[in-house]
Amino acid sequence: MELRQDMFIRIAVMFMVLSPFCGGLADSNIWNNPYPSRDSHKNILYSDFEERPKHLDPVRSYSSNEYGIIANIYEPPLQYHYLKRPYELTTLTATQMPVPYFLDKDRRRLPDNASAGDIAWSIYDIEIRAGIMYQPHPALAKDPTGRYLYHDISADDIKDVHVLSDFEEVGTRELTAEDYVYQIKRLAHPQSNSPILGVMAGYIDGLNEYSDSLQVAYNEQADQSASPVWLDLRKYPLAGVKATGKYTYQVRIKGKYPQFKYWLTLPFFAPMPWEADLFHAQSGMEDKNLTLHWYPIGTGPYMLTENNPNLRMVLSRNPNFHGERYPTEGMPGDAEEGLLDDAGKEIPFIDMVISSLEKESIPRWNKFLQGYYDVSGISSDTFDQAIRIGGSGDLMLSDEMREKGIRLSTAVAASTYYFGFNMLDRVVGHPAGEQGKYLRQAIAIAVDYEEYISIFLNGRGIVAQGPLPPGLYGYQQGSAGVNPVTHAWEGGKLRRRPLSQARSLLVKAGYPGGRDAASGEVLKLYYDTVARGPDSKAQMNWWRKQFAKLGIELIVRPTDYNRFQDKMLNGTAQMYSWGWNADYPDPENFLFLLYGPNAKAAENHGANASNYNNQDFNSLFEKMQNMDNNEERLAIISRMIDILREDAPWLWGINPKSFALYHGWYFNSKPNLMANNTLKYKRIDPELRSRKRSEWNQPVSWPIWIGLFILIISALPAFISYQRRQRAKPQVNQV
Amino acid sequence: MTAYIIRRLLYAVPILVGVNLITFVLFFVVNPPDQMARLHLGDRHVTQEAIDKWKEQRGYDMPLLVNSQAGGFGMFTRTIFFEKSIRLFIFDFGSSDNGRDISYDISQRMWPSLAIAIPSLIMALLVNIFFAMLLAFFRGSYIDIWGVILCVILMSISALFYYIGGQFLVGKLLRLVPISGYGTGLDAAKFIVLPVIVGVIAGIGASTRWYRTFFLEEVGKDFVRTARAKGLSEARILFRHVLKNAMIPILTGIVVALPLLFMGSLILESFFGIPGLGSYTIDAINQQDFAIVRAMVFLGAVLYIVGLILTDISYTLVDPRVRLA
Repeated sequence: MELRQDMFIRIAVMFMVLSPFCGGLADSNIWNNPYPSRDSHKNILYSDFEERPKHLDPVRSYSSNEYGIIANIYEPPLQYHYLKRPYELTTLTATQMPVPYFLDKDRRRLPDNASAGDIAWSIYDIEIRAGIMYQPHPALAKDPTGRYLYHDISADDIKDVHVLSDFEEVGTRELTAEDYVYQIKRLAHPQSNSPILGVMAGYIDGLNEYSDSLQVAYNEQADQSASPVWLDLRKYPLAGVKATGKYTYQVRIKGKYPQFKYWLTLPFFAPMPWEADLFHAQSGMEDKNLTLHWYPIGTGPYMLTENNPNLRMVLSRNPNFHGERYPTEGMPGDAEEGLLDDAGKEIPFIDMVISSLEKESIPRWNKFLQGYYDVSGISSDTFDQAIRIGGSGDLMLSDEMREKGIRLSTAVAASTYYFGFNMLDRVVGHPAGEQGKYLRQAIAIAVDYEEYISIFLNGRGIVAQGPLPPGLYGYQQGSAGVNPVTHAWEGGKLRRRPLSQARSLLVKAGYPGGRDAASGEVLKLYYDTVARGPDSKAQMNWWRKQFAKLGIELIVRPTDYNRFQDKMLNGTAQMYSWGWNADYPDPENFLFLLYGPNAKAAENHGANASNYNNQDFNSLFEKMQNMDNNEERLAIISRMIDILREDAPWLWGINPKSFALYHGWYFNSKPNLMANNTLKYKRIDPELRSRKRSEWNQPVSWPIWIGLFILIISALPAFISYQRRQRAKPQVNQV
Repeated sequence: MTAYIIRRLLYAVPILVGVNLITFVLFFVVNPPDQMARLHLGDRHVTQEAIDKWKEQRGYDMPLLVNSQAGGFGMFTRTIFFEKSIRLFIFDFGSSDNGRDISYDISQRMWPSLAIAIPSLIMALLVNIFFAMLLAFFRGSYIDIWGVILCVILMSISALFYYIGGQFLVGKLLRLVPISGYGTGLDAAKFIVLPVIVGVIAGIGASTRWYRTFFLEEVGKDFVRTARAKGLSEARILFRHVLKNAMIPILTGIVVALPLLFMGSLILESFFGIPGLGSYTIDAINQQDFAIVRAMVFLGAVLYIVGLILTDISYTLVDPRVRLA
């Protein structure tokens, strides 16, 4: 027995002696690297995504996570300048910015300053650059005789093909204006389900009729053939869009629509080669998931070389990219921040982008801190670790972040999160007349958004003073931009009006002290929200407290998003909260949310969820929406905003601030909330990253040995007991 | 036995129809086709016409359960329920609402689930049996008492705590393995270690207690007393006799779970970034993709029924007294 105990002690001592050695061995390696070690010094950017993109076909894709991928592959004619603010359009594949000319209803040319009412058509002539080539793609592969290799294949031919890279041959060809026309025609294809068909059919001449004619053609072809239908859109002319040369095409817009130029920055208007459309429409392709939704084809700086959104997506440098240079001009301060260090250099800088699926925030954050992601946002869970609030209330990086060389960039998003009243409601809406207005104004004063931002957003937002977020034409800063209903400008600062004013307004509304002046009953208001569960409890309590300041009882009705949508579509909710992200940086894109004919509870289910309808506002909107930016337009926008502030159909809510953290080896990061094709400007220093990763990720193995030792020690009494039992003589029971 | 299996398979048909019907009703009560279309098309600029077209293309424009405008059998066959359900019975899962081939996705995503589930099952079995036998061996002693208390503590802690704690301790503090992710081929090994260990630890408390009761039940039986009377050592009795008999309920409990290994773990896969069938199901629920939800629920029900039949068969194999009739 003593001998065995002695042996055990010897083994334990040996473990302790060996553990530093094992630790020493470990120093030469990183064990927790989720990527192959051979890639450590490569020029690869590592990022993550939370939700897999559903559509990568530019005719259908319309969400930010999808744009994060395809905007770097597809190239529409225009783009946003990376550095300049306010946001400025510049050319991408176009040779120059398209300037429309105007025609009257008799197709006679009008002067450039013609009034919108006289303009029947706006003509956009767009010229693209010559010599731009598509990425290598099997749809463009040809044999030596010039015949396409993969345009006449059957399901049998591709029985061993599972991904696009299984096709052995690839090819390319030059981008032409016809490819842009083809893509615009695809918006109307019956199988495309393009989300902007409804909007564009209102502007592009003949698009609506074109959609109907394609549907007929599609049905006829489907009836005649059992094989998949492919409509060769080149054979179906669209009245308002045509190629006028190899490198020029024309778009005819109904009336005047200055915002159309912003649409030309979106992938909806990127080129699509007919060969790719045909290639993916062939028999057996869809069954194998070989579709344009999965395999984009573009002329941009990157191409999607691995699409496994259950795990990762890989963008690689497009070998056929036409080349582009980093901007040479920016805003004051950009040079000091190093944003012009690469001015004039050939882009893109990064060879490959690996984006990994990361659904949970905790692992994402920890991997960022370990250096395995180059950029990160900040969630509420990690805010305190990343940010500290300075003495003057300003937000700055925590010491831990600064020691790691992490940098912070912030920007107010071109978004708004608002609290809306349903203007169809008899208590808070139009039917309540002036009393309803006073009630809304009183609530607007009482709801302390400054406190909300401080408590629930860690200061990541600003209190909105109207429907327009900062950065948009018509947004005004300082005293000129104050909402006089809720705030005053005192001593160079915004100050919320006192609660006493809200109470006075409530008296005028017929609810003194929050009670109905006629019946004496407490006023009850209903708030429909999709915020449910324990996490939202504090927020809902906060909302109740805001209304309780006025003596109003707020009844929160949590609901799932589908029910919420139903209520909004039917106009049965009383109060709700919602948000809007800008499609493009024009005030029209926000003010249309309150345009009467856009009411959500109407037949066409528009975006005006409050069903607000003010004739003066509507008239001004109709005038403003077709104007170019000038003093007159600015004055109209100001009048519109004044009307809205007075009527208060929304509590204007919050313009959120986006926070991004990036490591010291990541360069040229400037928030651009309009552009999605910004990967090409980014640069990294892989050597610095490799060194830092090595420094931060040395494995710590000694606790394992200590743990094992403790386990063995604690098992020792059991072992001894076992030995005793084995040696003990059997007990004989006495009867 | 063949007749028994055939009878059980026939019983499965109404069960599967019922499961499918319940899934269908629950799903469409919460997600009417119009809302599904809105979610897929995005509701920024979507028109009712686009919604109607989306529904028509995917067969969601028909009545849900009863088509009063159709005559005869058409009342039931020309409905979303019939059209979407009938092909499941020949295991044709069709396409997801996003157009992806569901069978292909399942065939791809079951491997990561199995890569986690199989080592977890084997390791958990060995570890739990070891601890359960240890407690049974020291039954009534302080080791047994403290062991059971520890088991109760372990089983009282949420699985999420183990996942987050494991990532924090092993992945972040000790930096021994990647915190999350997955690789292909041999690269997968370093990603599997942590979820397997954490999964095993998370299950130790409940399983050890459960297995301990099996061992204790066997230890008190006559044949054990006989073995002791013959002079066999306690270890020999445990390993040779008690273990063999206690394994019958343990193995049958495992057999029922075997087919479900394919389905993966919903939360574990999500936390560790494992692209398996568990996360596939969660994604489908979040994206209101009825085609995938229906396919996964159906598959889960089929596998569960298969598991139960295998359990019955395994009884006959391990216990000669059991006969299937």
